[in-house]
Amino acid sequence: MKYVDEYRDGKLARGIAATIAREVRPDHLYRFMEFCGGHTHAIARYGLEDLLPQNVRMIHGPGCPVCVLPVGRMNDAIKLAQQPGVTLCTYADLMRVPGSDAMSLTKAKAAGADIRMVYSTLDALRIAQEEPSRRVVFFGIGFETTTPPSALAILQAKQLGLKNFSVFCNHVLTPAAIQAIVGAPEGAGKVPLDGFVGPAHVSVLIGTKPYGHFAETYKKPVVIAGFEPLDVIQAILMLVRQVNDGRAMVENEYIRAVTPEGNRKAQQTVAQVFEIRDTFEWRGLGAVADSALKIRAEYSEFDAEKIFDVTTVAAQDNPACECGAILRGEKRPTDCKLFGTVCTPETPMGSCMVSSEGSCAAHWTYGRFRDSQNRKAS
Amino acid sequence: MNAPRLRARKLDIRNGHVDLSHGAGGRAMAQLIGEIFAENFANDLLAQGNDQAVFSVPPGRLAMTTDGYVVSPLFFPGGDIGSLAVHGTVNDLAMAGARPLHLSASFILEEGFPLADLQTIAQSMGAAAREAGVKIVTGDTKVVERGKADGVFISTAGIGVVPDGLDLSGDKARPGDVILVSGTIGDHGVAIMSSRENLAFETQILSDSAALNGLVADMVAACGPHLKLLRDPTRGGIAATLNEIAHQSKIGLRIEEDALPVKAEVAAACEFLGLDPLNVANEGKLLAFVAPEAAQDLLRVMRAHPLGKESAIIGACVEDPHHFVQMRTAFGGGRIVDWLSGEQLPRIC
Repeated sequence: MKYVDEYRDGKLARGIAATIAREVRPDHLYRFMEFCGGHTHAIARYGLEDLLPQNVRMIHGPGCPVCVLPVGRMNDAIKLAQQPGVTLCTYADLMRVPGSDAMSLTKAKAAGADIRMVYSTLDALRIAQEEPSRRVVFFGIGFETTTPPSALAILQAKQLGLKNFSVFCNHVLTPAAIQAIVGAPEGAGKVPLDGFVGPAHVSVLIGTKPYGHFAETYKKPVVIAGFEPLDVIQAILMLVRQVNDGRAMVENEYIRAVTPEGNRKAQQTVAQVFEIRDTFEWRGLGAVADSALKIRAEYSEFDAEKIFDVTTVAAQDNPACECGAILRGEKRPTDCKLFGTVCTPETPMGSCMVSSEGSCAAHWTYGRFRDSQNRKAS
Repeated sequence: MNAPRLRARKLDIRNGHVDLSHGAGGRAMAQLIGEIFAENFANDLLAQGNDQAVFSVPPGRLAMTTDGYVVSPLFFPGGDIGSLAVHGTVNDLAMAGARPLHLSASFILEEGFPLADLQTIAQSMGAAAREAGVKIVTGDTKVVERGKADGVFISTAGIGVVPDGLDLSGDKARPGDVILVSGTIGDHGVAIMSSRENLAFETQILSDSAALNGLVADMVAACGPHLKLLRDPTRGGIAATLNEIAHQSKIGLRIEEDALPVKAEVAAACEFLGLDPLNVANEGKLLAFVAPEAAQDLLRVMRAHPLGKESAIIGACVEDPHHFVQMRTAFGGGRIVDWLSGEQLPRIC
């Protein structure tokens, strides 16, 4: 497969791995957080950890949109879907995310709610056009990558004069989440980090500039990397070099797609439709100021929260579920008592086991053989 | 299936539709069976027109299987529900090393289904059966009201004879045994997905739907005593089949990503759809587990058959109390190859 296989080349990977092994200082533990679930998935799927020295440790970050959606908002979506006349359109990933009382969109659908899995906002718009008697709600979630399509859908709905289409907006912002991690007060829950593998697709949209603050203020190197495994291992080498040199800068490994400014047109479209929310709850990070978007008042006719009068009630995760600490990078999937016992991808208790980008699902699906090896070794 | 008596007016196959009378047990049903099914499945046992087929069987143990087909869409690049039903049933028998003999076919038709489509499906079943050397010897037809089915559903059963001395079974793989696949993986699933209308995606990939009894006969003839088990990796792809076998045989499996035959177009489509070819269905491929000393011979025999040209050795069995299927990725790291969990895929078989 041209233009893809080049980034999965095993020979090149072994070359970079050898360079990393040569350059790491044996007395230093390198702790890098890959923010994005896409990176977490690539690391697990290609077995990248096997190519890294023992003292280079990857810590999985909160960049999995399904994982960070709090239970309260999941409950809201389920409630919306159960309203008479409502058709809830959602990305398939969200179907199995547990809300309160082990309820999920899958279960609500089986009980009669009209919930449809769509591949894009265009599918939801089409349903609204074809079925004017249904009140179509698009369950909008995700970071900066999925926000422009939601914005476009609203603009298009306005242009088409649709009266039966709205968006339940849960779009969140990456820099705010990184800020919550690096700016957390020192203490038991704070994860020591030497740098970040910066987002791939998100950075295509927002550019490299928004990360400058973390390098300058917090002295954390950031290397923006593509989602292919060679991108990731190359970024790790670049991070190791920054640490060794005592540098903290934003570097861009993903120059084939990411520019300093990002996609201006997409940014403008998003700004036209959305504005910053004062605060938004993240699973794992809690309430984070200025970390999410809401629909501007002038488009309120497309705002499901306004139309259906949604008032989110904060709800608790399963008390034994460690998703929160795992999303902060504080714990590993295997530190959770539920992992692999009652919580598996078939019966997920927490969101990190649902999405293929979630740390728990990635480790369970691709990496759990290492647990028995580690036990044997120790 | 009762053979019909001659009647003056023939079915309007070109423009007609299935209606409720075609399942009501009267003349209309007899006519449908006669002009579409008996015509296309033509064989001596069916022609007797009884409610059952009576026949004697050659010596050996009997293998029996049953399967239901609900694929959507009914017609896809490289096949249709009819040929798929025959191939699937024949393959389930062949995986026991059986020589398939006879099939049954039961049709659940939705009111309004075009007779022309039914005719195409029956023709394709007849052709597939003749090619595989089996007869469709008995059948049944039911019609349900519009909206109670999706065009046509087909249920089949099949019987075959297993030669003496051959005992293939999912629990027979042992550490050291070698794993082979008979060709490129994921073709069927990608062909089906590419023909769904809400995935605006065009590809030249044809389904690999095919009857494997000929290939199996060659394999058994050459390496029979060394063969441990055969299985066709349909739904869930080779990932599901490898996991089933690891658990049945209580062993671990180790495979090499570099060794897996995958068509470039299939790999590209999977990339685009976010799928892994390991999880995508096949309908004309088999996995073979064989004692190591016979692996090269078996590979040669498989590659000499038209349906096994791209056969490859993909891995081996090991001791592993966890029964993990592990793969060394082309990138160089290791990972688990797991069952797919709860993904939303179209009806593929």
